[in-house]
Amino acid sequence: MLGTSLATTDAKPAMVLDTKGLLCPAPVVKTSQAVKQIQVGDVLQVLATDPGSKPDLTSWSRMTGNELLSVTEDGGSPKVYTFLIRRMK
Amino acid sequence: MTLTTQQSKEAEIGKKANHLVLVVTNDTIDKVYPPMILATTGAASGMDVDIYFTFWGLKLLDKKGQTQTKIASVGNPALPMPNIMGMLPGMTAMATKMMKGKIKKYWPTIPEMMQQAKDMGVRFHACSPTMGLMGMTDKDLIPLTDSICGASTFLDWATDPNSVTIFT
Repeated sequence: MLGTSLATTDAKPAMVLDTKGLLCPAPVVKTSQAVKQIQVGDVLQVLATDPGSKPDLTSWSRMTGNELLSVTEDGGSPKVYTFLIRRMK
Repeated sequence: MTLTTQQSKEAEIGKKANHLVLVVTNDTIDKVYPPMILATTGAASGMDVDIYFTFWGLKLLDKKGQTQTKIASVGNPALPMPNIMGMLPGMTAMATKMMKGKIKKYWPTIPEMMQQAKDMGVRFHACSPTMGLMGMTDKDLIPLTDSICGASTFLDWATDPNSVTIFT
């Protein structure tokens, strides 16, 4: 299991969660609910426009022991953040 | 992430408080959303969460008062009007309506958020001396209420080194 967590960061998501337009705490609360619906080792993709979602989902991943594989942001207005999170347990 | 940082992150998780204790002493919009946001986020982050409702905060567990959350139009310098106007009849209702209209676009209502928190495992506690003060009995409490308790129970949670207590 740990072996898979060290693998590539361009993992294909098992599920996509769209929280665009929602504010804290929705991105974190919905992520915690969505991650329970995928298998351990699978990847969840989260889309968000809340500018707090980047530090918040980073903290959430650390607190829950899930692995934040990558965060990317586009140049749009509002900016859309894309997170790839691997369920670890 | 390397194996070493993964392990050090896990060690860090072990050191952090995992029990969140929130105290709600008021039932105005600005005093209720922050603890409800922390409660749902704490539960989403794997924390145990207890909320202690006391004084006007207890209205949130009162069947009659739960949906009547307002915003104060007096003594609230953040509102976009002179404070003296807040004293006029109807101003609290107007400020509340405006604020609730704005909030509705982004957040659930407070009763919806309390139900969401409950579904995530957050526990609600009614302050027993406040109930006495306000002449309330257990029949007045909404079904989401987990217990009626007093200062000793609260201090039992608050003095646990694995807990963190926040007053709002």
